[in-house]
Amino acid sequence: MRLLLERIFQGILVLLAVSVLTFGLAILLPADPARMVAGPSASVQTVNNIRHELGLDKPILEQFVIYLGKVLRGDLGRSYKQSVNVTELLLSRLPATLELMLAGILFELLLGVSAGILAALRPGSFLDRSLMMLSFAGVSLPQFVLGLSLLYVFAFKFPIFPLGGFGTLAHIVLPALTLGISGAGWYARVVRSEMLEVLGQDYVRTATAKGVLRSVVITNHALRNALLPVIGMIGSDIGVFMGGAVVVESVFGWAGVGKLVWDAIRVVDIPVILGVVQLGAVMIVIGNLLADLAYPLADPRVRYG
Amino acid sequence: MTDTGLPQVQTRGLTPRWKRFWRDPLVMLALVTVVVLFLMAIFAPQLAPKNPDLNFPEGLSDMGAPMPPNSSFWFGTDLLGRDLFSRIVYGARVSLLIGVLANGAAVLIGVFVGLIAGFVGGIVGTLLMRFTDLMTAFPVLLLAIALTAILKPSLWIVALVIALLNWVSLARVVYGQVLGLKSREYVTAAESLGASQTRVLLRHVLPGLLPTAVVWGTLGISTSVMLEATLSFLGVGVQPPTPSWGGIINESQSYFTSAPWLVAFPGIMILLTALSFNLLGEGLREAIDPSAKRTGF
Repeated sequence: MRLLLERIFQGILVLLAVSVLTFGLAILLPADPARMVAGPSASVQTVNNIRHELGLDKPILEQFVIYLGKVLRGDLGRSYKQSVNVTELLLSRLPATLELMLAGILFELLLGVSAGILAALRPGSFLDRSLMMLSFAGVSLPQFVLGLSLLYVFAFKFPIFPLGGFGTLAHIVLPALTLGISGAGWYARVVRSEMLEVLGQDYVRTATAKGVLRSVVITNHALRNALLPVIGMIGSDIGVFMGGAVVVESVFGWAGVGKLVWDAIRVVDIPVILGVVQLGAVMIVIGNLLADLAYPLADPRVRYG
Repeated sequence: MTDTGLPQVQTRGLTPRWKRFWRDPLVMLALVTVVVLFLMAIFAPQLAPKNPDLNFPEGLSDMGAPMPPNSSFWFGTDLLGRDLFSRIVYGARVSLLIGVLANGAAVLIGVFVGLIAGFVGGIVGTLLMRFTDLMTAFPVLLLAIALTAILKPSLWIVALVIALLNWVSLARVVYGQVLGLKSREYVTAAESLGASQTRVLLRHVLPGLLPTAVVWGTLGISTSVMLEATLSFLGVGVQPPTPSWGGIINESQSYFTSAPWLVAFPGIMILLTALSFNLLGEGLREAIDPSAKRTGF
């Protein structure tokens, strides 16, 4: 329990630090935010009014305290370009991104874990070497190249899936596959090396010597232990996928948080961009916490107490 | 697997680990690719058959569409009728500049932070490592996008951002190693012989970190190249007209069904570069990093 509380406390610290950092970034901004809200043709008077309205004429320290108070209440400020609250904007887009993320993790696990197991069954074999080579290629291929290639082959040359957009189940396959393939390489490598280690353990040898079927040894005795590190990997992937979402959603026109960033970049809508960074940090903290919570469920030896 | 057509390296007198490095066909292929890429970047003006920034009237069809690969434009042309092959040759400069400079700076920061934290210890060490832990909780790509978008994207901003974000995991590894090295007998012996802290640091601890730095430096090039390409693809990286592989794909992505070569060639180059540095880094890890796990390559 203590360790868990410590983790939660750490998470809160991280989020605070991210808030401080994003505030610092907003100050570093070379352009005048009031001018960006008002637009290039607005009069000096209007810009000054907006500056006052946004509280940008107050001393920095006071601005920071106000900002922090707002962030703690979940208020991330207003978008420059759309007169909407950033938090509302993010929340309206989040479900689509979570959906994509979940499907991505599913593909990642499916591909990565099965490749890892297959490779570990006959180490050094041709299959093993090819799978590991593929996993290397997978992690060396940027998501936008992979995504565009999948679109070209499976939506344009062979129109099995729609060319981007979202709505139906068919729409999610290619973007989720893009996220999944690019992460699966790491999973395959970790699962493989864990499997090899576990398969060399005494209890596995004992089980084999007892005459337990090899398939049972592999699934019941080895796999369960080999999959433990995967829990932590899924936890950290939730954060990584927030970055991947920007790329994948822009390639496939998936209307989630990532697409929001992509659109915000074009018009330099700083509050939206910084809001997503903060959302990403929240997701990382939540992901790691979930992993911490899942460990004792998967491995009875782990206990927080 | 033994006869690969690659130059046979004289391996006598080498340790078994290094022998395996020089005899691994994949690692050698990666090494050759890396050397070719560097030559391409350095001699881009001599190697590029055409001016990469010139819009060739004959580079566009009568309808104004880009030309597919042909005898005059080997990789085809882009939307403005520029020679894609020449732009890709020049694009190697951006990628490798980022890979070497930005990632080099990140390696220096990582080694410095880990070294000071581990060697000095105390409050300074704790603070440094807490800060490092904090950095691991940042969404790297999102932060890079925000930073570059806010600071006005350019090659140097991208390099700066990558240097500031890519040191974190190395700092943690170095920290652990320094703690290990500090308790080694030869370090204790040097200290008891009256060697100054600076001397112990520079003569006994720092050299022990070299293998790790080399391995992480090589693997990091792959990460940096991919990060730069991704930022340029999103429009917050290297800005046009400077040719960068990610930027070329960004410019032409809406035409990728009618002009797939504009995505394929730069995409293959990014993959080739990232993959080669990854393979080389893994090979080096097995050859010189004693903490390396056998991964099957």
